[in-house]
Amino acid sequence: MNSIIFTAGARILVALVFVFSLFMLLRGHHLPGGGFIGGLLGAVAFIIYSLASGPEETRRALRVSPEVIAILGLGIALLAGLVSFFMGDPFFTGQWYWVGGDSYETAAFSINSVLVFDIGVYLVVLGGILSLTFAFEEET
Amino acid sequence: MAEHSDPNAPWKTLSGIGTTAITAALFLFFLQYLPTVAAGEPVRWVIPWIPSLDVHLSFWIDGLSLMFALLITGIGALVMLYAAKYLAGHPQYDRFALYLFAFMLSMLGVVLADNLIALFVFWELTTFTSYLLIGFGHADPKSRRNALQALLLTATGGLALLAGFILMGVTQGSFEMSQINAAGSLVGKEFYTLILFLVLAGAFTKSAQVPFHFWLPNAMAAPTPVSAYLHSATMVKAGVYLLARTHPALSGSDLWIWILSIFGAVTAVFASLMALRQTDLKQTLAYTTLMALGTLVMFLAGSTGYAITAAMTFLLVHSLYKAGLFLTIGVIDHATGTRDANLLGGLKKAMPITAMAAAVAGLAMAGIPPFLGFIAKEVAYSGALEMHLWLFVVPMALIAFALMFAVAGIVAYKPFYGPQGELPHAPHEGPWPMLLGPVVLGVLGLLFGLMPGIAAHYLIEPAVHAVMGAPDRGGRVKLWAGFNMALLLSLVTFALGFLIYLRHQSLRERLARIEAKSPDLDASWDRFLDWFVRFSKVQTGLIQTGVLRQYMFATFTVFAVTVLVTLVARGAGPLRVSFSGLGIMEWGIAALITAGTVLVLMTSSRITALVGLGTVGIGVALVFITYSAPDVAITQLLVELLVVVLLALALLKMPYLDKGNVQKHSFPNAVLAIAVGALTTWVLLLVVDQPFDRRLTEFFEGASWTQAFGRNIVNVILVDFRTLDTFGEIAVVLIAALGAFVLLKGMRATKEEKK
Repeated sequence: MNSIIFTAGARILVALVFVFSLFMLLRGHHLPGGGFIGGLLGAVAFIIYSLASGPEETRRALRVSPEVIAILGLGIALLAGLVSFFMGDPFFTGQWYWVGGDSYETAAFSINSVLVFDIGVYLVVLGGILSLTFAFEEET
Repeated sequence: MAEHSDPNAPWKTLSGIGTTAITAALFLFFLQYLPTVAAGEPVRWVIPWIPSLDVHLSFWIDGLSLMFALLITGIGALVMLYAAKYLAGHPQYDRFALYLFAFMLSMLGVVLADNLIALFVFWELTTFTSYLLIGFGHADPKSRRNALQALLLTATGGLALLAGFILMGVTQGSFEMSQINAAGSLVGKEFYTLILFLVLAGAFTKSAQVPFHFWLPNAMAAPTPVSAYLHSATMVKAGVYLLARTHPALSGSDLWIWILSIFGAVTAVFASLMALRQTDLKQTLAYTTLMALGTLVMFLAGSTGYAITAAMTFLLVHSLYKAGLFLTIGVIDHATGTRDANLLGGLKKAMPITAMAAAVAGLAMAGIPPFLGFIAKEVAYSGALEMHLWLFVVPMALIAFALMFAVAGIVAYKPFYGPQGELPHAPHEGPWPMLLGPVVLGVLGLLFGLMPGIAAHYLIEPAVHAVMGAPDRGGRVKLWAGFNMALLLSLVTFALGFLIYLRHQSLRERLARIEAKSPDLDASWDRFLDWFVRFSKVQTGLIQTGVLRQYMFATFTVFAVTVLVTLVARGAGPLRVSFSGLGIMEWGIAALITAGTVLVLMTSSRITALVGLGTVGIGVALVFITYSAPDVAITQLLVELLVVVLLALALLKMPYLDKGNVQKHSFPNAVLAIAVGALTTWVLLLVVDQPFDRRLTEFFEGASWTQAFGRNIVNVILVDFRTLDTFGEIAVVLIAALGAFVLLKGMRATKEEKK
């Protein structure tokens, strides 16, 4: 699409949607959102960019190819499961580490394997859909 | 031949010495169980595998498994050492050592496994490794074809075996072989006949009984160490092992006695005639192996002490002398470059040790005293005289043993004595790693014959105990059993065998003429495969039309028919539809969805139809929002958006709509669409009509915060309670994306090539 207005507007839109997708990913544990929705939104952001500037330009902006992003995502999700395995729990049991306290109520924040898993989901969905879209766009 | 080594190549490689050492260590490991098992105390190890399905990795060492385990590891170590030298310098020797080692472990699994399912898995593993080994010379189409033939035949038998195992386990209430045998005979129980036929199908294909015999001589395409090990001493005896293992549970019926006697006897006589007819010594040995397998099956038909002792003694002696002879033939082939019985002769001077080893093995094969082979033959005749069908079994055994006597002369005597033929190159003695195997095996056959008490006490009698399910009286295995019928039959065998040996040249020509006239099962197999491939092509052409519309039509038709049949068969009740409580918003959403659908149906433009579909999707998302499922609604909305984008991209590449074509199919499509829609609605209304089970909802509402520290139940289920499911799903997403990516890239590559 050769529309200057769309191309110019897309730059701002992409940034907003992308940040919004991260926001949806992070708030997912308590409010609507999560890795799946976040990943879909992230994909939408880059698809907008790709419609405005073409898949080649989007690939450059991504720096890493979407297939690699998806594979990395699956690896991260697997790692989140392996952590519990090494802690002696059944595979994929959520692991929680409280910072500044010893329970959810007293801790300032937590480091946990559940969010790591959700980040993996986010990357798989983002990378999977983008690689599909790019393949369609580049197919002539 | 390409399989031969360079005599100067280094043979002490890591893979060769390593596999030999581990196998020898395993042999010593099993050796320590001899006294325990001989005392009648089986050993058992269990590792739970799939406890919910009663599948365990359970191992069981009794007399039968121990004898097999010792043969597998003992002969295995000798063969691996032999192969290291035989194939030294071969570019793919490491691969060969790996296959051979994997086979050894699988075969150990077969004879040690107590659980039927584990036994089946190991059984199939031996089939696969055998396939790899027969096809080792994969550059030769003939060896590929023979490997495939063996794989297809034995794997088909293996599937029948699995079905038989499952029926057997369900009928006896346990999948552990030891418990099945302990639970008593299956004869007369439900499914007995079916179980018997299925198990026999597995055993007969694996042990190459007529008419499934033709794969075994073809399997000689494998390098000689493989023939010695798999296709003589161990794998082909898996079928015999299975018959012996299931003997307490399955034997004793008329069906068992008749089938095993007839198939075994026919195989034995047919194979010994074919052995006489061959001129390639390796083929001769292949057929004598077949003869041995037939004899073993024939004796397992019986249930008396003598019959089973005969089977076990013959099994032991055959493994020793046959592996030895195969290895000897390999040495001869290696040294002279030929295996043709007509050319070989007078090699004794150049190859004294080989000649000695062959002589010892040949005397055991011919059944001359004081070798163990003689005792095996004596016990066999005593066993045959005791069997139900002795009028049939004794003459068949006599013919087979006499022919084997003659063949032993051809294989073990003739190449070394008499005039020397025209050889491709001058004979020389084999290197020691290749002589060790034949010498050790031959000497063992002699020692066991001189001291039959040791072999009987530690190997044969415990095995007989295992097969019969109760200790036998023993003392049957001895060198001098007195003047009896068996001795008389032995003397007749020697006389007849000697006559056949003297006249074997003319007999061979006569047999060749008969063979030329008889039907060729091997060629029929090829015709069957050709026919099967043609059938598959026709069938694939019918089902895989390549037209997406037809696939969709078939899928939805099957769906509609299945749902309708289920609803009618289950007597689905009348529908109670109530429109009360629906506000303006609900009606509005329904109107939006309907409008989208109508738009899709009415338009003649693809893009408009796509927009209509998007409207339907957004309507569905609105439904989710109204019923407070925000996560699902967001996902639905985003997926709908992406589908529209992806479809729009795809549509750009599609040809214009052919209006005529659309109209031609619109009527059946409309009928199917209405049927699917109506049925789905019906099912959904029925589901909603049921009282809602809130147990899961209550659990997640309660546990989500207290156990998983999250307030969004949907997300907590996805990333905590059901993480493994989610992991599976994202793996599918990745695979689907990669698949589409590769497919589209591939299409582009093909197009560029065409340009």
